[in-house]
Amino acid sequence: MHINIEKVSHQYETKQGMLPVLKDLSLSIKRKGFTAIVGPSGCGKSTITRLVSGLIKPTQGSIFISNKKITSPLSTVGMAFQNPVLLEWRNVIKNIILPLEIVSKNMTYNQKRLNALDLLKLVGLEEFENNLPSELSGGMKQRVSLCRSLVHNPEVLILDEPFAALDAFTKEDLWDVMHKLKKERDFTCILITHDLREAVYLADQVIVLSGRPASLQYDVKTNFNEEKKISDLYSSEVSQLLATLRNQIEIAQNKND
Amino acid sequence: MIRINNFIIPLFSLIIFCLLWELLVWYNNWPNYKMASPSDLWPAFWKFKHLFLIYGWETFWRTVLGLILSVLVGLILGILMGFSKTIRIGLYPILVGFNAIPKATVVPVIALIFVGMHNMNTIIIVILISFFPICVSISIGLSTLEKEYEDILLSLGANKFEIFYKIALPKTLPEFFGALKVSTTLAFIGTNLMEIIEPHGKGLGHLFDSGKISADYPLMFAVLITLAVMGIFLYYIVVYLENIFAGWAIRK
Repeated sequence: MHINIEKVSHQYETKQGMLPVLKDLSLSIKRKGFTAIVGPSGCGKSTITRLVSGLIKPTQGSIFISNKKITSPLSTVGMAFQNPVLLEWRNVIKNIILPLEIVSKNMTYNQKRLNALDLLKLVGLEEFENNLPSELSGGMKQRVSLCRSLVHNPEVLILDEPFAALDAFTKEDLWDVMHKLKKERDFTCILITHDLREAVYLADQVIVLSGRPASLQYDVKTNFNEEKKISDLYSSEVSQLLATLRNQIEIAQNKND
Repeated sequence: MIRINNFIIPLFSLIIFCLLWELLVWYNNWPNYKMASPSDLWPAFWKFKHLFLIYGWETFWRTVLGLILSVLVGLILGILMGFSKTIRIGLYPILVGFNAIPKATVVPVIALIFVGMHNMNTIIIVILISFFPICVSISIGLSTLEKEYEDILLSLGANKFEIFYKIALPKTLPEFFGALKVSTTLAFIGTNLMEIIEPHGKGLGHLFDSGKISADYPLMFAVLITLAVMGIFLYYIVVYLENIFAGWAIRK
């Protein structure tokens, strides 16, 4: 599933009038690719996730998934946010199967449960199947949220800063979980983040957006290693890449002012 | 151990309360027409035990039925107001104004509209007095649902109804039960208002009124205590239901 964003502009209605957030944004994400989108805060990154998932329609331009124009939400998309938004009254397994209750209504509970268990094992939480979300730590909740976003085998996964609220080490753990999930399930992934190391570590393509209204400012491949390891982040090659990206963010911020 | 404590501790505090009450009356040497003491209550209760049974049941079923109907009214209005901003803006002033009217003044009005239909009158008053907290809690719960909760289902192509019963409704249940506890105690006020004010009333309110007419003060107190006991009973039924349906929200 490759994704094409073609000349997309979007504006929101506010009390002060129309607020343009995206302007003539064009970018393409290759099939099974992992693209990170970074940029100054408030530049419209989250708007992109809502556009690609079909929750909102762009004011101008179009978005295509596998050459099909998106006009409404697709069941082939999974989403996870900074807030894990787990349903507090459901245990872990029942939280994960929630998308299946909408997308695969004919599936028996047992089948749904087995699907969910596969993912739970991948993220290392199989013992917590029957726990309530209130009994989990922040990192564990986010793992459950990732499982939920993948349980219906979406072809596109949209991550809106899912690791932003976690501490540094938990974050790195989850990066590796993400690598594992990507390897096992192989979806096309869009990651919105503020963390350049995260972008470089997880994605094979990093896109820097300019300040609001955002358009494409910088686009770079990050295939510095076939199998990325945390220690790679301290290599000189990656340091240079991070410095370049940091510089690009600064340029974008200046535009914002 | 926790279960036993949950029973023993309230019982203990109740006994202390009664002892202090008895002591207060005894110390001040109050006659029972000024203030009855706990030891006066049981004889009064026993003397009229048949009436307590018959009237107590009448008050009880009217209260429960009225409460169930007020939950329905509160739910329907709350859901409408939770989902539609227009309805919310439109209905709030009316509902608030309505709630601000002392219900004692509504009793004669209702009694005049439905002359002689005592059961219905009582239940209407119960509904009027207890739907408001439920309606407000449901509408606030639904209208403050975080957008991300909707997004996880909307992005899969779920319809409004699925979002409502899979997410919005269960998420609002703790607030609903909080309001239901308030409404439960309010409901008894509703039944008794009608039973006391309306001349041919039945139920415990009527028994209270006859106690007043015949200057049987211990009887009046006994009625009040019976109402309190019924209120506690109904309240704990609500707590029991809350544990079943919204137990996840209660911190252990």
